[in-house]
Amino acid sequence: MSEEGLVAGSGAGAAISSIGLTKRFGSVNAVDGVDLDVPVGSVYGFLGPNGSGKTTTIRMLLGLIFPTSGSHTLLGDDFLTSGALALSRVGALVEGPAFHPYLSGHANLVRLDAADRSADAGTVKTRVGEALDRVGLSAAAAKRYRAYSLGMRQRLGIAAALLRPRDLLVLDEPTNGLDPQGTREVRTLVSDLARGGVTVFLSSHLLSEVEQLCTAVGVMSAGRLVWQGELAHLREQQAKQVRVETPAPDAAARVLTAAGLRDVARADAIVTATLGDADPEQLVTALVRAGVGVRGFAVERPSFEEQFVGLTGEGFNVSG
Amino acid sequence: MSPAELPGRFFRSELKLVFRRRRNVALLTILGLVPVLISIAVKTSNRSSRGGSIFGGISENGLFAALAALLAVLPLFLPLVVSVVAGDAIAGEASTGTLRYLLSVPVGRTRLLTVKLAAILVWCVACVATVALMGVLAGLALFPSGELTLLSGRPVAYSVGLGRLALVSGYVVVVIAMVGALGLFVSTMTEVPVAAMAATLTLTIVSEVADAVPQLSAIHGWLPTHYWLQWVDLLRDPVRTVDISTGLLVTLGYVTVFLALAWARFGGKDVTS
Ligand SMILES: Nc1ncnc2c1ncn2[C@@H]1O[C@H](COP(=O)(O)OP(=O)(O)O)[C@@H](O)[C@H]1O
Ligand SMILES: [Mg+2]
Repeated sequence: MSEEGLVAGSGAGAAISSIGLTKRFGSVNAVDGVDLDVPVGSVYGFLGPNGSGKTTTIRMLLGLIFPTSGSHTLLGDDFLTSGALALSRVGALVEGPAFHPYLSGHANLVRLDAADRSADAGTVKTRVGEALDRVGLSAAAAKRYRAYSLGMRQRLGIAAALLRPRDLLVLDEPTNGLDPQGTREVRTLVSDLARGGVTVFLSSHLLSEVEQLCTAVGVMSAGRLVWQGELAHLREQQAKQVRVETPAPDAAARVLTAAGLRDVARADAIVTATLGDADPEQLVTALVRAGVGVRGFAVERPSFEEQFVGLTGEGFNVSG
Repeated sequence: MSPAELPGRFFRSELKLVFRRRRNVALLTILGLVPVLISIAVKTSNRSSRGGSIFGGISENGLFAALAALLAVLPLFLPLVVSVVAGDAIAGEASTGTLRYLLSVPVGRTRLLTVKLAAILVWCVACVATVALMGVLAGLALFPSGELTLLSGRPVAYSVGLGRLALVSGYVVVVIAMVGALGLFVSTMTEVPVAAMAATLTLTIVSEVADAVPQLSAIHGWLPTHYWLQWVDLLRDPVRTVDISTGLLVTLGYVTVFLALAWARFGGKDVTS
């Protein structure tokens, strides 16, 4: 793990903190020694390709499955010894919404609320109404769940997580199945909630969701947490690249190599290399002196997509 | 205790789920039709009936319609309708995925099992009561309702007969609750409700079949279904309680075992649905 990563299990300030969380299914290590540290008040992006262990981790955090080894705290309480009581302060969406198909959206939320021993029965109508309103489902409240579209189902799932004031929201791929408009709405909703002081733990295999929302990220790859820390740090940490557009790529590559740059690569009329400590201005001068025609010269950071390929060793939407 | 802490809101929600489900309403309706159909069949057939047997007694006193209906549904139909609801208890929530949301509420696994069991027991009571009540009503509508002669002994008043019917119904509820407890246990082992229902019904039938094989007489007394029809002893005068008590004890033993298994199984189960 990177130095930028927060120290695992650092305790008091953590909404979620895990030590060595591991889950083995048969011979498969679905989750392998994950040390999460989700600061209170953060919007934490839990990233990774499909199959990298995000949902499995979330299931352990919520007590749906039992870790093979490791432990975690939720809102400051040790999960096992506290009898999972902290869960009543946690709203969750896990692996897509799930409701009784023959009940209405409204009736489904009332049913979930009835299961909550600490919920106030007197205010259930109001709270259900508000939660439905918040996700824009008021008009469809009386419809049977089976008649809901994918997007409406996802919204109902989020409404269920908002039935009561929460300190922590655990949202597993919350924008799955939503159209661009719905995705924007969820993003706005999450930012609003975060501004109100709720810690949000948000898993995603889509970077675009996270880039705009999150203050911290954890990156999963094949069951391991390969990076964790503030998003800004992740950006800084990535090496800058130079990109030269030229009619003479071979000559340009020679010049860059001679200047001590590493990872020199060329494709057609483009040569790229890791900038390292080199001075971009001197590179341009060197190129011109060597008689290499320069059509374009840029210093850039790799896109998030490329960063994650670097971290996870694979493209982002590829299953692991 | 504040209203928020009042127990029972989740239980009532569970009852609604069971009793408003169309499939279950249909099953209950069919159960209620059984004594009606039996009564109509007896009324329209012109075979002369003899007293001293349950079906034979119907034309002499309508109360026997209820008893005959209980006798008719007990071996197969009643286990079926109880298996359907009990097998659905956990497996149904798992298959819709609602189980993971109930658990993260958090509902508490033991509490969930307790509420599911309570709802299954209410369902058992409702099923048996439906047969008995519809039987009494059909009997009143089509047959005499005065004094009746039970399986043995002197004639007794109709009200005494009603009392015996209530005792019989209670006994049937208890023995059929064994199927409910079995179903609840099986239901914790699969995410496919139909599989849980089928397995529960199959196990019940296996027990009944084994009970019918004379070569297995050594184990008959230990079979959970062996004492099911023992309720006829409640119709004797005086009531014979020996086998009834044994039946209740054996049933209680099986219920305890199945509930312990369900609890042990579900308490530490990974919910991956
Ligand atoms: N119930 C299960 N049984 C066996 N393997 C599982 C089970 N659940 C998940 N896995 C495996 O664990 C790995 C991680 O899965 P998951 O946590 O769902 O990934 P993600 O949510 O990141 O897409 C995958 O290889 C998956 O096949
Ligand atoms: Mg997932």
